[in-house]
Amino acid sequence: MKVEQISVFLENKSGRLAEVATVLAAAGINIRALSLADTTDFGILRLIVNDTEKAKQVLKDHGFTVGKTEVIGVEVADKPGGLAEILNVMKANSINVEYMYAFVQKSAGNAVIIFRFDELEKAIEALQKAGIRIMKGEEIYSV
Amino acid sequence: MIWNEEFETLPREALEALQLKRLKNLVERVYTAVPYYREKMDKAGVKPTDIKSLSDLRKLPFTTKEDLRLNYPFGLFAVPFEKVVRIHASSGTTGKPTVVGYTKNDIDAWAELMARTLSAGGAHPGDVVHNAYGYGLFTGGLGAHYGAERLGAAVIPISGGNSKRQIMLMQDFGSTVLMCTPSYALNLADVMKEMNVDPKSLKLRVGLFGAEPWSENMRQEIEARLNIKAIDIFGLSEVMGPGVASECIEEKHGLHVFEDYFIPEIVNPETFEPVPHGELGELVFTTLTKEAFPVIRYRTKDLSRIIDAPCSCGRTFHRMQRITGRTDDMLIIRGVNVFPSQIEHVLMSIEGVEPHYQIIVDRQASLDIMEVQVEVSENIFSDEIKVLEKLGKRIEREIKDLLGVSCKVKLVEPKTIQRSEGKAKRVIDNRKL
Repeated sequence: MKVEQISVFLENKSGRLAEVATVLAAAGINIRALSLADTTDFGILRLIVNDTEKAKQVLKDHGFTVGKTEVIGVEVADKPGGLAEILNVMKANSINVEYMYAFVQKSAGNAVIIFRFDELEKAIEALQKAGIRIMKGEEIYSV
Repeated sequence: MIWNEEFETLPREALEALQLKRLKNLVERVYTAVPYYREKMDKAGVKPTDIKSLSDLRKLPFTTKEDLRLNYPFGLFAVPFEKVVRIHASSGTTGKPTVVGYTKNDIDAWAELMARTLSAGGAHPGDVVHNAYGYGLFTGGLGAHYGAERLGAAVIPISGGNSKRQIMLMQDFGSTVLMCTPSYALNLADVMKEMNVDPKSLKLRVGLFGAEPWSENMRQEIEARLNIKAIDIFGLSEVMGPGVASECIEEKHGLHVFEDYFIPEIVNPETFEPVPHGELGELVFTTLTKEAFPVIRYRTKDLSRIIDAPCSCGRTFHRMQRITGRTDDMLIIRGVNVFPSQIEHVLMSIEGVEPHYQIIVDRQASLDIMEVQVEVSENIFSDEIKVLEKLGKRIEREIKDLLGVSCKVKLVEPKTIQRSEGKAKRVIDNRKL
């Protein structure tokens, strides 16, 4: 039900993102989805990869501060109203979205939206009740 | 003008006789009234009766900030508390401030010393003294205030901050003498420029600047930009506050130490042996007249040297060279003493924060800016921006609460802070003084 996401602390200086990508490439890790949140001084890179533990290890070995969080991947029909449906479920259940990012699946043509909620279990329950399909971790790691 | 012609121009012989008389009295008083000093002297094997000449001062143990800390708050006071009429305090190294007290006589002596300082700097009765030193526990504001009143000047007790209003009042009240930190003087010059106020249109004539280290270059800049004569004054709360030493406007070269009140010594910062006049070393003070909070051989950790050449102003007091540095890592940020260990103390008190930090000091628009870089370890890292921002704000707030100085916290990646032989370089001071 849950998807493991790694996050990396990045100072705002040139070359840091390239460094992350290079380290992951060298370890043969494939990035499935990512988002970068930035402030004036620093950024947080959030990644979903095909091998979370290995990615975490190689990044740590290269001196990065890495965290692991559980998020939810939801499959959404790639058409108007797809996102609104999910967010209305959350609104009805008073669940907050901490952040989210989306990508489009190559094969099925559906969009996948990654959510970080303040109340993870409650969110899963609400989504299931509303009949929204939550993707399994493996489905996303191997997209 | 010399405020106290009789004492400030005493022939050296008479001055030294007065110093010895006062020193004997001081040691006797302290030995009797302060158990901590008595124990230290007993341990060093020296009795008040052993002080027979000024050079016997060397037999007495030093006093350090650590001694003050151990006796927090009033343990080193040498009079019954009923005799104390004023308390001041400055920031300490571990969160507890350094506390000093004054009797009525001490306040009186302090006013005399600051009147001398103002006179030496070219102020005279009838001047309008714009006092922008901070009022409060800090000794600067009230010290300067009482001295200016004693001089017979009109004091504007404006304290620090709100520069535009300061400049407006300088114009409207016709201020002639400015007292503040040298960096604040430059900040006032910047704001004047913004406001299109020509310093030449003001009545300002001289400025007496202290409470932080500054340089000859900075003096020239202040003098040119504010169209005044800039005078260096020196003091520290442990010894009195401002009014320990001051430049004379005649030479502006070295600060006359008011030697009838204080004995300055320069010691080798490693061996603590006294060094000859003219040699650089750590400045040490003994207070000769102070009643509530006397100190014996207080190590300032400031580096200076004694100039014993006669001065054209006529004062017979030796001069100390302007402070050229410190023997420890103390920083002075906007007039406030800051030790890296205090920053570390704050960081260590926040759960998960490791003591990997660096303090970067700069001067922007003539004001000191302190940035504290903190390495983000896994313990404090979060995938949410708001969590990290909240942490940064919390550190900023706690540093401000402890030190009274605002800073900017910047979160940095691990290992970005320069380490040399396992020891991190804690302070980068980019201020061009």
